[in-house]
Amino acid sequence: MSEATMDGFAAASAPAVPRAVVYNEVIVKKFVIAAMFWAVVAFLVGTVLALQLAWPAFNLGFSFTNFGRLRPVHTSAAIFAFGGSALFATSFYVVQRTCRARLFGGEALHNFIFWGYQLFIVMAALSYVMGFSRGQEYSEPEWHLTIFLVIVWVAYAIVFIGTVLMREEEHIYVANWFYMAFILTVAVLVLVNNVAVPISIYSAKGYTVYSGVQNALIQWWYGHNAVGFFLTAAFLGMMYYFVPKQAGRPIYSYRLSVVHFWSLVFMYIWAGPHHLHYTALPDWAQTLGMVFSIILWMPSWGGMINGLMTLSGAWDKLRTDPALRFSVTAVGFYGMSTFEGPVMSIRSVNALSHYTDWTIGHVHSGALGWVAFICFGAIYYLVPILWKRSGLYSIKLVSWHFWIATLGIVLYITSMWVAGIMQGLMWRAYDQFGFLQYSFSESVNAVHPYYVIRALGGVAFVSGALIMVYNLIMTVCSSTTERRDSAVAGG
Amino acid sequence: MPTKIEKDVFSGRDTTGHEWDGLKELNTPLPKWWVYTFAATVVWGAAFCVLYPSVPSLRGHFDGVFGYSTRESVTADVKALEAQRAKVLERVNATPIEQVRKDPQLMAVATTAGRIAFANNCQPCHGASGEGRPGYPTLASDSWIWGGKLADIQQTITFGVRNAHPDARASVMPKFGADGILKPDEVGAVADYVMTLYGKAQPGPATAKGAAIFAENCVACHGEKGEGKREVGGPSLKSAVHLYGDTRDAVIAQVTNPRQGVMPNWNTRLDAGTIKSLALYVHALGGGE
Repeated sequence: MSEATMDGFAAASAPAVPRAVVYNEVIVKKFVIAAMFWAVVAFLVGTVLALQLAWPAFNLGFSFTNFGRLRPVHTSAAIFAFGGSALFATSFYVVQRTCRARLFGGEALHNFIFWGYQLFIVMAALSYVMGFSRGQEYSEPEWHLTIFLVIVWVAYAIVFIGTVLMREEEHIYVANWFYMAFILTVAVLVLVNNVAVPISIYSAKGYTVYSGVQNALIQWWYGHNAVGFFLTAAFLGMMYYFVPKQAGRPIYSYRLSVVHFWSLVFMYIWAGPHHLHYTALPDWAQTLGMVFSIILWMPSWGGMINGLMTLSGAWDKLRTDPALRFSVTAVGFYGMSTFEGPVMSIRSVNALSHYTDWTIGHVHSGALGWVAFICFGAIYYLVPILWKRSGLYSIKLVSWHFWIATLGIVLYITSMWVAGIMQGLMWRAYDQFGFLQYSFSESVNAVHPYYVIRALGGVAFVSGALIMVYNLIMTVCSSTTERRDSAVAGG
Repeated sequence: MPTKIEKDVFSGRDTTGHEWDGLKELNTPLPKWWVYTFAATVVWGAAFCVLYPSVPSLRGHFDGVFGYSTRESVTADVKALEAQRAKVLERVNATPIEQVRKDPQLMAVATTAGRIAFANNCQPCHGASGEGRPGYPTLASDSWIWGGKLADIQQTITFGVRNAHPDARASVMPKFGADGILKPDEVGAVADYVMTLYGKAQPGPATAKGAAIFAENCVACHGEKGEGKREVGGPSLKSAVHLYGDTRDAVIAQVTNPRQGVMPNWNTRLDAGTIKSLALYVHALGGGE
């Protein structure tokens, strides 16, 4: 699978103007390696957590290996380390090529972003296992780590937006709108949700300035938009470059991309209160959170339509290109999760689903099915290009990875649907006298088999990722993937 | 400005004329079903905001046409269930506890109410079948610290043990070792003797010293032969079930610096009918007298 065939339609009509720009691909390579490293860490820790939930003995009896401390390591490694590194890699690759401009800023700045971000992740993970946490989901790092992250993030914004400003192309490509929305909004979210007062300048511990329900509302405004702008908008940016590239087809609808971009970013920011149904949050805020979540359905699906319809005319490629299969399946899971989300935000559905494993299943159909799969598709595409190889070491192994990982996701989300709905029903079941029919511990016993199935799903997903790592290492190192025509540099 | 509009052969659509790194876009109009569904959700959303509490104001918020409130809807559900339970629990409450036990109908109610209350409140310490755990007494054998009659159990659940409630069960074992009442070798000797009470050691000349110390210090609460005194909460030492362990080290630790377990008074958390049901349920676990 050479780059020329992957470009397909695009390559046939490449611009006549010769490219003089030399792109910075070293920084992209670094982030690709980091993404794969953190992917394995995140999936491995996730599987350990799944085993802990099925069999508590896997907590091992040490404070630093117990569930409470490892869980933020898993979520941060999956979202910020794996997902984040993949976004840095692809956004730096995409913005240079679609702007026909070298990455803004010097290499020192780029390296600061890379090493600074990796250092942040390692420090955050260490702080969690040592017992430091703000106790707010996806926002666990204490104040000093957050300040460091903000500095790195500002550097990222300067480099990315700088490159867009220096572009040789007249228009800004749609992928870059999504990447920019992600960079700007995440900055605002982190700044607002992390306003805290340290107990002393020498202490790691700080306390949020918001109290009670205000804190809850701001936390879930942050949390849901971390989903919306980190896990959705940014990866849509990835989708808008790699799906048409792999399919060799033009984007289905420019108009749809404009309308769904603006409606998505406008609606998402209001949807957070649906995390706080039936709480101390005032009813009016709950209603608005739910209403905006429902209206968000079509703007979200705009991305799915554009992704899938771009394949029309190229569906046959799914048979021969398993990397494209990852990207397209990702878009499918994206469509499913963004339908399930609005359904779960409906107050009466939420009364059943809230606090159950249904929520966990929903998050993972997004995180594994959408985020991880779209990254796998992009990385399989990128590695032969970045390392100037003739193609991937083994297409067959990509296929194996695809089926093993898909099986893992199916085991994960179906077991969590069953477990979650069962929990919800058991918790609200009353007998003929009006007494609760089941105790909480009976509901814990009842979900045990599904927790075991979930752990099996995790094992499958890690195994797939390890196959991918092996395949990518062999792609870079094996003599079978060496380029014969070294004159045709990918650029 | 569009520069190079092309026709895509497969779809028959024009491109927008832009190109980035070989990527182009078709000028396909918005799918109609997408626009209509989007519009429908917006209309539904607006209607929902009219019907339900939505728009905030400085003094509160617009209540919505239905005047709905999550708090009121939950309160109504809880009240309805309480009323349903009260119907059956009232009779349990009004009947003396010994008579409830003899009435199969009332006992069916009490067992149902007791089982779920036990599983959600007592099980974390006393175990799923009341088997107990180190530090938490068993409820399924005849080894009772504060008595195993229905009224005793009801009293213990209502007021708890060694908590701040004035009517709580309370007994304090002196720190014989830590406060220097007994010397370390005396503590060891009394432990050797105590172990003979439950058959872990053989009585003989070697335990005579311990027996003397026991007679002087321990019988007031634990009884002449270590059979226990429920009226002061002195646990039996002859029982096969030991709250804090039956090894020599465990006995020495307890005599030196005793652990004193605490149980909450449940009267502020559970209603009287539920506590009565709990007492009947616990009584039936296997150790009731």
